[in-house]
Amino acid sequence: MMTNPLKKGRALPAVGGLVALAAVLLPVVTHSPSHLNLAILVLMTAQLGVAWNLLGGYAGQVSLGHVAFYGIGSYTSTLLLLNFGLNPWLGMLAGGLLAALLSLGFGWSCFRLKGHYFAMATIAVAEIVQIVFTNWEYAGAAVGLTIPMDQRGWGAMVFADKAPYYWLALGLLALTLGATWAVERSHIGYYLRAIKDEPDAARSVGVNISRYKQIALSLSAFFTAMGGSLYAQKELYIDPGSVLTTALSIKMALVSILGGVGTLFGPVVGSVVLTTIEEVTRATFGGTGRGTDTIVYAALIVGIAVFYPSGLIGWFREWRQRRQAQQAGTGKPAKNVDEKVDEKAEVAA
Amino acid sequence: MSLLELHGVSKRFGGLMANQDVSFSVEAGQIAGLIGPNGAGKTTAFNCVAGFYAPTEGKILLDGQVISGLPPEACARAGIGRTFQVARTFVSMTACENVMTGALMRNRSVAAARSEARQWLAFVGLDHFADKPAGSMTISEQRRLAVARALATAPKLLLMDEVMAGLNPSEVREMVKVVLAIRDRGIACLIVEHVLEGIMPIADKIVVLDRGVKIADGTPSEVSRDPQVIHAYLGDE
Repeated sequence: MMTNPLKKGRALPAVGGLVALAAVLLPVVTHSPSHLNLAILVLMTAQLGVAWNLLGGYAGQVSLGHVAFYGIGSYTSTLLLLNFGLNPWLGMLAGGLLAALLSLGFGWSCFRLKGHYFAMATIAVAEIVQIVFTNWEYAGAAVGLTIPMDQRGWGAMVFADKAPYYWLALGLLALTLGATWAVERSHIGYYLRAIKDEPDAARSVGVNISRYKQIALSLSAFFTAMGGSLYAQKELYIDPGSVLTTALSIKMALVSILGGVGTLFGPVVGSVVLTTIEEVTRATFGGTGRGTDTIVYAALIVGIAVFYPSGLIGWFREWRQRRQAQQAGTGKPAKNVDEKVDEKAEVAA
Repeated sequence: MSLLELHGVSKRFGGLMANQDVSFSVEAGQIAGLIGPNGAGKTTAFNCVAGFYAPTEGKILLDGQVISGLPPEACARAGIGRTFQVARTFVSMTACENVMTGALMRNRSVAAARSEARQWLAFVGLDHFADKPAGSMTISEQRRLAVARALATAPKLLLMDEVMAGLNPSEVREMVKVVLAIRDRGIACLIVEHVLEGIMPIADKIVVLDRGVKIADGTPSEVSRDPQVIHAYLGDE
C-alpha cells in the first residue's frame, strides 16, 4: 500500500523537520542584521519560555521570579570571565549549576505557598536578588559589567557578526527542548502533570510532591541561567536593569501561556508570535513617543488570551480534532477514495 | 496480627473532637465497611490511616509497622492505596496515563507502567477507554479509574471513600463486582460508605462511628441488629 508522507499523523513531523532545517539555514539566506537580530530574540525568548514551562507549565507552579536565575547565570559567567579569565562555555555551565543550587533556597522559601501566593513570593525573591546586585560593588552595582571584545571566535564566544549568536541561540533552544522532551517522557513528566492536576491524588500514589517540584525548579533554573549567560555574551554588557528586570520574568511566563502551557513547543510558538508582535509594533508605533507600541502590544496579548484561552497550541489541537470529527461525520471523503482504490488493487491481485 | 490496626486513635481540630479513641482492625483479604451518619468522623479516620492527617493521639499499624504520622506518599509506599470522595482524576492525562502514574511508584519504567496500567484498566472494565482524555469520562467511570490508579501502586489495603455515592443501581452493581474482584486478589478493602445496600451484602466486617466514637463493630447482620446503631441512624422512636 502506498503511503502519502503528508497524510494525517505524519504531516506534523515532516513539517517540523522542514521548519528545523529552515531555522538552521536562516543566517545563510538572510544577511540583514535586523532580521537576524529579531530571529535571535525569538530563539532566546523561546528558550527561556521552554525552561520556564518545565516548572510553570508541566508542574503548574507559576513563577514570576525566574529572572533571578537569568541574572545569576549572566553574572556568574561574566564575573568568572572578568576576574578569573574562565572560558564562557564553562562559565555558562557554572552559571547553570549555581542557579540550580540556589534554586534549592528559592524552592525552600516559595514552595510553602500555593497558587497565587507562590507567584507573589517568587516576585519578592527576584526583587531581593535585583536589589543585592544593584548594590554589590564587586558585581558592578548599578553600573553593570562589560565584556571586552579583544578575544573573538567560538572559543571566546564573542563574535563581530550576528550569525554565530543565532546558531548558539538555536543550539541552546534545541538542548532545552531535548531536556524537556526527555523529562516529559520519563516518570518525572507524569508526576509533574499529576502534581499540577491533583496534588493530593499524586501524594496518594506515592509522589513526594516537594521533591518533584524542586526537580522541575532546578532543571528550569539551570536552563534559564544558561540563557542568561548567552545574553551576556551576545550583548557584552549586563546590568540589573537588563538581566534582572521583572518584565523579563513576565515575558517567560507570557510566551508559555500564549503558546500553550505544558506542551513541548507551546513556548516556541508563543515566542514567535509575541516577539514578532512586539518588534513590529515597536517599529510601527514606537516613533510616537507616547507608548503607542506598548498599548497595541498589550491589546494583542489580551485579544489572544480572550479568544484562545488554551493557548495557540491548544487552539490548534482543538481545531484539528474538530476537523477530524467533521471528516469522520461526513463520510471521510479523501480517505474513502484511497480505501476503495486499495480494495480494487487487492481484488485484482 | 491484623493487617491494619487502629489503637485509640483520636483526632482533634481545635475544639472539635473528630475522632475519639477509635480502635478497630482489618484482616488481610477482608472487606471492611466504615459507616455512620453524616459528621461521624469516617473520613477523618480514613485520612489518618492514609497519612493525610496525623492522629492527635493513638497509633496506626500496617502489617505491624507504625504508619501513623507518616506523610501520604510514605503510607502509599507502605502499602495503602486510596480513592477520594471526588475522583480527583488527573484531567490533563488519558485514562491509561492516570493509571500509569500509579504504576510508576513501584517501577520507574514508563513502558512497564503502560502495560501494567492496561491490565488494571481491563480489571475495572475500562480497557476500551485507555486513550480517552480522562476528564471527559462519566463520574462512574472516573470512580473506577481512581480505583485502578490506586490498585496500580500494588497496595495491601485499599481505602475507598464513598466509592458508590451518586451512582445509579446498575453502576453500584458494577462497582460491587470490582470490589469483590479486588478482594479475590487478596487485597483488603476498607470502604467508607453511605450507600448501605451496596456495602452490607459484601462486607466481612462493619465498623460504625457516631460523633467521632466507635459504637459498633462486627458482621453486617450483628451490626444491623445493634440498638445503638439503629438509634444513631433512625433516632428515637
